Amino acid sequence: MVAKGKIVWVSGPAVKADGMSTAKMYETVEVGESKLIGEVIRLTGDIAFIQVYESTSGLRPGEPVVGTGQPLSVLLGPGIIGKIYDGIQRPLDEIASKSGAFIGRGVITTPVDFKKKYKFKPSVKKGDEIGPGSILGTVEETPLLTHSILVPPNHPGATKLTDVASEGDYNIDHIVATAEKSGEKIQLKMYHKWPVRKPRPYGERYDPTVPLVTGQRIIDTYFPIAKGGTGAIPGGFGTGKTVTLHQIAKWADSKVVVYIGCGERGNEMTEVLVEFPHLIDPRSGRPLMERTVLVANTSNMPVAAREASIYTGATLAEYYRDMGFDVVLVADSTSRWAEALREMSGRLEEMPAEEGYPSYLASRLAEFYERAGRVKALGSPNRSGSVTLIGAVSPSGADFTEPVTTHTIRFIKTFWALDTRLAYSRHYPSINWMQSYSGYLEDVSKWWKENVTGEWFDLRQESYQLLQKEDTLKEIVRLLGPEALPDEEKLVLELARMIKIGILQQNSFDKVDTYCSPQKQVKMVKLMLKFYKEAQKALKVGTPLADIRAMPIIPSLLKAKFEIPEEQLGKLDDLDRQIDEQFHKQAEAPPMQRSA
Amino acid sequence: MPETTAGVEYTKVVEIKGPLIIIDGITKASFDELVEIETVDGERRLGKVLEVGFGKAVVQVFEGTTGLTITGTKAKFIGKTMEMPVSQELLGRVFDGLGRPNDGLPDPIADKFLDVNGEPMNPERREYPTSFIQTGVSVIDGMLTLVRGQKLPIFSGSGMPHNILAAQIARQAAVVGTKEDFAVVFAAIGVQYSDAQYFKRSLEESGALRRSVLFLNLADDPAIERIITPRVALTVAEYLAFDLGMHVLAILTDMTNYAEALREISAAREEVPGRKGYPGYLYTDLANNYERAGRVKGKNGSVTQVPILSMPADDITHPIPDLTGYITEGQIVLGRDLFRKGVYPPVNVLMSLSRLMKDGVGEGKTRSDHMEVGNQLYDAYSRAQEVRALAEIVGRAGLTGVDLKYLDVGDMFEQQFLKQAPDENRSLDETLGRAWDVLSNLPEGELTKIKEKHVKQYYKGK
Repeated sequence: MVAKGKIVWVSGPAVKADGMSTAKMYETVEVGESKLIGEVIRLTGDIAFIQVYESTSGLRPGEPVVGTGQPLSVLLGPGIIGKIYDGIQRPLDEIASKSGAFIGRGVITTPVDFKKKYKFKPSVKKGDEIGPGSILGTVEETPLLTHSILVPPNHPGATKLTDVASEGDYNIDHIVATAEKSGEKIQLKMYHKWPVRKPRPYGERYDPTVPLVTGQRIIDTYFPIAKGGTGAIPGGFGTGKTVTLHQIAKWADSKVVVYIGCGERGNEMTEVLVEFPHLIDPRSGRPLMERTVLVANTSNMPVAAREASIYTGATLAEYYRDMGFDVVLVADSTSRWAEALREMSGRLEEMPAEEGYPSYLASRLAEFYERAGRVKALGSPNRSGSVTLIGAVSPSGADFTEPVTTHTIRFIKTFWALDTRLAYSRHYPSINWMQSYSGYLEDVSKWWKENVTGEWFDLRQESYQLLQKEDTLKEIVRLLGPEALPDEEKLVLELARMIKIGILQQNSFDKVDTYCSPQKQVKMVKLMLKFYKEAQKALKVGTPLADIRAMPIIPSLLKAKFEIPEEQLGKLDDLDRQIDEQFHKQAEAPPMQRSA
Repeated sequence: MPETTAGVEYTKVVEIKGPLIIIDGITKASFDELVEIETVDGERRLGKVLEVGFGKAVVQVFEGTTGLTITGTKAKFIGKTMEMPVSQELLGRVFDGLGRPNDGLPDPIADKFLDVNGEPMNPERREYPTSFIQTGVSVIDGMLTLVRGQKLPIFSGSGMPHNILAAQIARQAAVVGTKEDFAVVFAAIGVQYSDAQYFKRSLEESGALRRSVLFLNLADDPAIERIITPRVALTVAEYLAFDLGMHVLAILTDMTNYAEALREISAAREEVPGRKGYPGYLYTDLANNYERAGRVKGKNGSVTQVPILSMPADDITHPIPDLTGYITEGQIVLGRDLFRKGVYPPVNVLMSLSRLMKDGVGEGKTRSDHMEVGNQLYDAYSRAQEVRALAEIVGRAGLTGVDLKYLDVGDMFEQQFLKQAPDENRSLDETLGRAWDVLSNLPEGELTKIKEKHVKQYYKGK
């Protein structure tokens, strides 16, 4: 029996209703005359505590509350890709067509187009045995993505198909297959629903060993993340969190990208909507929007829906994972989600832990990051997919000891620490190379060996050591000035400067520099190290450091990232030759000229 | 729609604390509803419902609770949320912090009434901001470009010339290539009388007052009223922009006072505080104001927001500037050091940023070298600051050739590029010309952020 009650109390997004003794925990309810969507988050006697996903302005005690009997769920089927949803899977374009440029309340929408017809190609036939998660057939969702029609994971075990639709054009609520279990017929459509707070089940978990190639040098070469792995990117405002995340969403070599804009700027979501349809995926040659789903709950949209948006996004990502795809799930920003938790917790009058956050903040974060992984999907045929989860953290005052950052670090393996000071000196991405780390370095080195070059790991280590050395030398310079160092160490400083400018810094807004292939990355690092070795040799035979610093090859090396496009990587070999030539010339120059 | 509760009057006030009154025996009241309060002496005040249920309503009184009594106070629930009457006639007028005329003229005739809380703009219907606004201030145009529909705050400190800078922007702002002028919506939130007067006079002298709307909540006006001031101002800004198609520059000063009023209410409600006693929802609340900027697809107008806030003790990590920076599209930070040196505008460029600059400049919009020049200036000035720090330890003598060049470039940047007069309106070409003058003092090889072809075209060094 569905619960029917009345509002007895309203304060912001929190509502109490009585007469709700039959309501279930986390059931969705319709609140008030205008049927605002809410969710039961606490039950005391017959009073239900409800968080409302829309503005409660004008809501009044006495108005009705009606249960739906269902937990908060998303609809999973063809038509999701390319959409922009709010935190509870309402398409923003449909909301706009009903309420205009500003978001009204109580707008009823459907998550995907039920009228659109898709060409269904069955991959099973009558009499086949299927189980939870099995693939029934495929449809072309976008030119980039063949969508598998899945049997819902809560299907009652192995069953025989008694009927399968023939190849043809159907809309998504057409029954494409019928199964039978102990005399009962189960109808299977092109979509099913799944509760967002419940992770979708899978067969087994694998170790992540393949890197997610993002085309960002500091990520791929220095602090890689594996497909199915977890990463966090904390940083104060202006450190470029969102730009870095947009870069990952643009260039990562995954099949699907789910981007959650959780409590962030409206214009940032608009930027993705404007930009992605025009950006071309370097691998498939198709617009990036054909593999992207956006979940946008901007900072001025209702706070409770912000809390839900994270789960909505995770469930969408898991759905595509279950088809056997690699999915990147980006959550920008988990801090705003944590704040939504804090706000609701405060209204529930729960005992707060640090900085007013609820005591279950850590366990909620842990649950969320555990939804990442590389897994064997349920059902037949055999396939594996992954969800790579990357969360932005917005620490207050750029202080990494605040609760959301400290708890997040416990549950992730790649840590990209953004540094306000680097951002102030316009070193972007402002990922601090001394604070950041990756737990996947060893895991992914095999992939580099097999797909790019066996030298990758050593090149990475060697160049990274130079940066580490510079970090210690900087202390001395700070106290005594650079002239206190011997030439050999000054050269280390020079090299570190070159690596910082030429490799670590990357301009997201430059047409060439925005994406750097693994091949180019390796070549660039190799050139820097070659220059270093030649310079060391030259120093030993008495070439003054000033002459080395003045070599024309240096600006060329530093500008290679944006002057040499991917299709002309041969030019990097020219630079290699120029290093030889210039050092050769240097060595032959008469000593008198040298000291000039 | 819920049946109207208009005009229901209650007299059972059970508690008065801080800015709040609690009324019992409520049968009909809704969340966020406007309440008209009549004191024993017949004085009328306005309030709104913060919480309602179990027969009680918690009402926040904008004009404060001084002089209210448990018996004899009447509260009339109006049956709707707070609204602002809007029309073209608002231009040239001055209102108080709640949107009531205070220039001695009669109420303007309303075209319509709008809920001051507004509604969130649908990201799907936003038009991405890309039109360059020329402010005539070199450091802003060259390095921190303001774009139509952007929200770009000024982070300042007490005593610094943020109002002069904001007024200069308001007077000089122009969209290049059009003859359209900006309409100015100015909201004074708890600022001193003299600051508000300066602004008003500045608009008057430049003839901009007739396309301006002013909302004044001064330092001695009721603090709780400040919760509403930015809301009425932005409601008017949205109306001018999206109903009348005007380009609107909304200046809100000082948002720190706004946040403090919010904290006062939160404390009175005994809510669990977040950082420094500010409520946990400060971010959301600020965002509800700041996000009311932008452009809408298919409409001509725009709302560009320049909020001003003073950083308590010049601390940028204080919750107010911190949370603001997370919402706005960049920040212009004024620096105490430059201010002491007498540089106007004392913009600390290294801490400042305009997130939308990349979309508003370049080929076809301004000049193809604009972004690169801006980046190189940052880089050079940042290097210069490092060298300055080093020079303090080792002295000028301990510096090498290139470092010495950077030291000079740092000074030139401050004196020739950054510094200008409060009434000096520089063209973009002049701004970029000055930038190249500064950069040309560096060896060509140092210009690592600029493409070869632009170096060839503009570099003046040898």
